[in-house]
Amino acid sequence: MLRALGRYSLSIVHELGDYALFTGQAFRSAVGARRLWRRIVRAGFEQGVRCLPVILIVGMFTGLVLGLQGYYVLNRFGSESLLGALVSLSLVRELGPALAALMLVGQAGSALAAELGIQRNTEQIAALETMGVSSHAYLVTPRLLAALVVYPMQTALFVVVGLWGGSLSGSLLLGLEPGVYWSAVEHAIKSQDVRECFTKAATFGLLTISLCAYHGFNAHRCSSATGARAVSASTTRAVVQSSIIVLAADYVITSFLV
Amino acid sequence: MGAETNQPLLRIEGLFKRFEENVVLDGASLNVARGSLVSVLGRSGAGKSVLLKCLADVVRPDAGSIFFDGKPLGVGNDAARADFRRRCSFLFQSNALFDSLTALENVALPLEQTTDLPDKEIRERSLEALRQIELEVHQDRYPSQLSGGMQKRLALARAIVTRPELVLFDEPTAGLDPLRRNAVFAMIAKYQRQFGFTALVVTHDLAEALIASDRVALLDKGRMCFEGTPAEFSASTATVVGEFRDSADALGRTIAAIRRGEALQSEDS
Repeated sequence: MLRALGRYSLSIVHELGDYALFTGQAFRSAVGARRLWRRIVRAGFEQGVRCLPVILIVGMFTGLVLGLQGYYVLNRFGSESLLGALVSLSLVRELGPALAALMLVGQAGSALAAELGIQRNTEQIAALETMGVSSHAYLVTPRLLAALVVYPMQTALFVVVGLWGGSLSGSLLLGLEPGVYWSAVEHAIKSQDVRECFTKAATFGLLTISLCAYHGFNAHRCSSATGARAVSASTTRAVVQSSIIVLAADYVITSFLV
Repeated sequence: MGAETNQPLLRIEGLFKRFEENVVLDGASLNVARGSLVSVLGRSGAGKSVLLKCLADVVRPDAGSIFFDGKPLGVGNDAARADFRRRCSFLFQSNALFDSLTALENVALPLEQTTDLPDKEIRERSLEALRQIELEVHQDRYPSQLSGGMQKRLALARAIVTRPELVLFDEPTAGLDPLRRNAVFAMIAKYQRQFGFTALVVTHDLAEALIASDRVALLDKGRMCFEGTPAEFSASTATVVGEFRDSADALGRTIAAIRRGEALQSEDS
């Protein structure tokens, strides 16, 4: 029992070290990489434009629900005028970065893990290496660098749309003065909150995209399956671990910044 | 026949590789002369693909030496390895084409990522490579929209666009019918002459290899048990060579025996 526990712990430490080396290698490969900007723009398109609908839809519904729930709770204390503050602080500090990151993991992260897994299976990654092309620089680095920009942008969009959603349900459906709502929003959000929001978004982007790339890139190492099943298993692992790490990192960052 | 010089372009000495308990290469050695087309024959699982992957640095050998143009490619010789990669191309059995890139983008990829050539020149050279293998009209198609033979040619175009001196072919005719096998070997021989590269082909298609190659080698149980010209291979009295060469006759004898057995059984019943 102890031996099994020890072996399991060692394998986790080994995998963490391997993951850290993989991410470090991706950043190191940026030095001297040819035509990196083009790949970053393409990765930005994949993570940005393609994920836009899901960010807009989820952001809108999150704001709508927050507006509804917040209004009824605040109404009990006669404090409906604070609805803007409640919606904006919830979105900027927590829900915006976390939910936007989870949506991006679901769409861009899973696609990345599956794509790299298939490229590993069909020897496309080996082909790059035989051409003398760094597979890290070509496949991973652009996605990581794009994530550092795209995640904060998507989060900002999520928050803005969420604020509109809160305004819709609070003002249009429940009769709160729009001016009261937006004034509360304006007074509630401080620059510190915005900094926290963007720090979280960039960290989540770095962690989730590197994790998804790591699992897809190493799909051939999957011990429980081979071929298509290995791709499926590595994609599932990438999405599950990324989702957990978003919430865990959210807690850690919040505890340091608050 | 390609022009041969005294020093081989590629020299493999005592290559050894094992995967856990399974010894795949057990001291394999081979010389590949500059400008020649050399085929390495062997049964499935004889270690042919592992030999090529050791050369391409996809698999690390446990022991042995590889010399390219007289320089060793061992661990620590990063400059020699980089030089080898620049001057060598690898054609995978599965073609390993990028399915999200068009034919033109696939061919341009090695130039874009390994050279500082301007975009215009990269496009011209890529189009020229596609033109030479008669795929220019399909430049905007994705690999999945091309036939198996076209994909093979596209992979070859990508391999030759960097103007390599050595091209490694991993079972280029695996899974193809006899007519396509002939076409692929004819293509390799034609472009090998046209572009003047040295070709090392790993295959188990005996007849085609004997016709198209300048030299053949036979890999058995991880060792090179024959190396010579196709004529020498045909005349060899070595048992392993004989078994491989006469496999068609052996099959004929086996089938005849089975048929005789069937006939006896039907007589008995």
